Amino acid sequence: MLLSIRSLTKVFPGTRALDDVDLDIAAGEVHALLGENGAGKSTLIKCLTGAYLRDGGTITLEGAPIDPRSTLQAQELGIGTVYQEVNLLPNLTVAQNLMFGREPRRFGLIDMRGMRSQARATLAQYGLSIDVDRDLGSYSVAIQQIVAIARAVEISGKVLILDEPTASLDAAEVAMVFDVVRGLRDRGMAIVFVSHFLDQVFDLADRVTILRNGRRVASQPIVGLSRMALVEQMLGRALEEVVASPAPEAEQAPAMLHFDGIGRAGVVAPFDLTVAAGEVVGLAGLLGSGRTETAEMLFGIRPAQTGTARDADGPLDLRHPRAAIAAGFGFAPEDRKTDGIVADLSIRENIILGLQARRGWARPIPRAEQNRLADDYIRQLDIRTSGREKPIGELSGGNQQKAVLARWLAMNPRFLILDEPTRGIDVGAHAEILRLIRTLTDKGLSLLLISSELDELVAVADRVIVLRDRAHVAQLTGAAVGADAIMHAIAGTGDAA
Amino acid sequence: MTVLSRIAPQLIVLAALIALVSVFYPGFLSIDIQNGRPVGPVIDILKRSAPVALLAVGMTLVIATRGIDLSVGTIMAICGAAAAWALTQGLGAGAAIALALTAGLAAGLWNGVLVAVVGIQPFVATLILMTMGRGVAQLITEGRILTFTDPGFGWVGSGVALGLPVPVWIWLATAIAVAVIMRRTALGLLVEAVGINRRAAHLAGVNATVLLIAVYIASGFCAALAGIVVTADIRGADANNAGLWLELDAILAVVIGGNSLLGGRFSVAASVLGALIIQTISAGILLAGFASEYNLIIKAGLVLIILVLQSPRIASEWRLWRDSHRAERGRT
Repeated sequence: MLLSIRSLTKVFPGTRALDDVDLDIAAGEVHALLGENGAGKSTLIKCLTGAYLRDGGTITLEGAPIDPRSTLQAQELGIGTVYQEVNLLPNLTVAQNLMFGREPRRFGLIDMRGMRSQARATLAQYGLSIDVDRDLGSYSVAIQQIVAIARAVEISGKVLILDEPTASLDAAEVAMVFDVVRGLRDRGMAIVFVSHFLDQVFDLADRVTILRNGRRVASQPIVGLSRMALVEQMLGRALEEVVASPAPEAEQAPAMLHFDGIGRAGVVAPFDLTVAAGEVVGLAGLLGSGRTETAEMLFGIRPAQTGTARDADGPLDLRHPRAAIAAGFGFAPEDRKTDGIVADLSIRENIILGLQARRGWARPIPRAEQNRLADDYIRQLDIRTSGREKPIGELSGGNQQKAVLARWLAMNPRFLILDEPTRGIDVGAHAEILRLIRTLTDKGLSLLLISSELDELVAVADRVIVLRDRAHVAQLTGAAVGADAIMHAIAGTGDAA
Repeated sequence: MTVLSRIAPQLIVLAALIALVSVFYPGFLSIDIQNGRPVGPVIDILKRSAPVALLAVGMTLVIATRGIDLSVGTIMAICGAAAAWALTQGLGAGAAIALALTAGLAAGLWNGVLVAVVGIQPFVATLILMTMGRGVAQLITEGRILTFTDPGFGWVGSGVALGLPVPVWIWLATAIAVAVIMRRTALGLLVEAVGINRRAAHLAGVNATVLLIAVYIASGFCAALAGIVVTADIRGADANNAGLWLELDAILAVVIGGNSLLGGRFSVAASVLGALIIQTISAGILLAGFASEYNLIIKAGLVLIILVLQSPRIASEWRLWRDSHRAERGRT
């Protein structure tokens, strides 16, 4: 084995990000590294590239133990990395980027001509014949990505780590980058490939290692492996374990909201969706499948370019969040720290913020009313705090999430979008929030629930829409809502439709 | 937090400065009446604080949104030039003031659109007007110092009303009006929310774009008032020197007022006290009899001491020391 990792362990306060992970990568193979968010993929790569210092375990490269303490050191040892975001300098030329830090010298000065010819020769190996004097930023992301790969190979040359290199590429560009990667594999490089796109993993990888919760679940050749098995391993559940608790076959309530052919180029393919009053529509799919993008489109953050939205009274304007709020929508975002809470403001101020914004600045909510609202929701949602005037940033994640929910509930919406409402929340608060979701829908509120946790979707959703590669691929209703069916749809196998 | 506890550190600093200056200059707090006008160092400080105090009011709002307005000194020059031009054209004091205020509002709108709509960083966006504006003012005055003799307009800068110089009433009224508008409506909360987390505020339905434009307009308006006061006081518009570097004093006043340059919670009252502190230091150094060469150095030293004493780290260290001290006394 070219690169061998044994018992790699990395501990962060309160969590074992990597727990006793083994990984072997041979020369001349593309080894895919898979796992959901938080599985430990990035931590593993950072330990390999010296960005993190490991807490235990050994790394062996070509039989010799190595101990990279910085990315520079890892590069010199032979481990190069290419990231999702091109990690080069777009305002320098292609040649300067390729040769940066190791420019050919002549009389102590940089030999421009030599640099250009070396750069051209290097890129020719990748089938690229481009003007190396132009700024890197003037080329497409795919070309930039290939230049980044070329640079990493030139400098390091043994192991190449590709950390989601295709996330911002279209299909033709992906094929172009993959050709380059296959060429490197045939030259005997070991390639670690991280991606959320299963199709690409099956297309490119020779072997695959799956991580879950910081542990290695499996390492296996990709040949003969089914998508189903892969998804099962990533999500950590076998089909027979699933105890489906199908939602009661609700009598078909009339649709309250209609979305027809709504979509945005390159973000979410157009789809139709109707939502009835009191209905919970679940959105399932792997990370990057377009779940959050769908939510952001419906709420007007990145508004739809095609299609229409309407209710019983006519068309709805969803061009920006304020318009969506006026239409009775609410959105509790996934990243509550950056998108949800206003950290330095008190719990009271965070709860009344949306209501106040809708009333307008000139009509302040009387302080007594603010206090009553805040106290009501602190009690109803059981927000654990010493008082309503505490800055919300000092609360735990679950309590912050409840306060953001309270902000929306105070506005009395008819359609609330919850993006991963239980992420990063402890088990107790998790159950409380699910219970809360049930009581809300009993009162007629409609929900769009985005969740990576299949149990959660199965437990509360009346209907589940499955996304794959930024398109809505399946819809499961009533008794068909089950974890196995969702997984089949996510993997793109089986008969779910 | 009550208003008083919020501004307590600034009040303490001001009181300490007054005590310090009084040691060097015993007549510091005395006020005489000459020709029906109150005179004395304190009256002088209150009056001379007017430009920076007015700028600090607007700057407080801009900084609360996590912005900065470097153009206020220049806006003063533009507005002063506009008023002086109106007077030399034979227009009345009212028209001159209206023109100057309109110019200030327009300048603020320009800044606000660059920041909120075009999306330029506030530092750069307002730097544009800071550079360009003096040229505009010089065009208005045609490169000369435009003087005038309108007594009505002059009264705004050097008149006395109800026992205090008119500029003092202007900054007091402006500060109180802005503070009341901010706290008696929801504007203060919305401005703070945008300053702390613009994206979250936007997603909660706050119209951050309009709010940002509004605070830069408010800053332009305050700068226009400051420009009017200065121009009226010297009865002339000097496009080159009016308001020169005052944007920095205004930012300093906001910082001495304990407002974070990272935006969020703000206190207009504390910023105005900051302006008074700066002016008290400047006047005190002169009154105490230091050679004028030492002025800037002593001023900088005092400001540094004030800022260090106000820093949260010192505050928490002090609380720690006090609590351990108390605990120790409790044991014995």
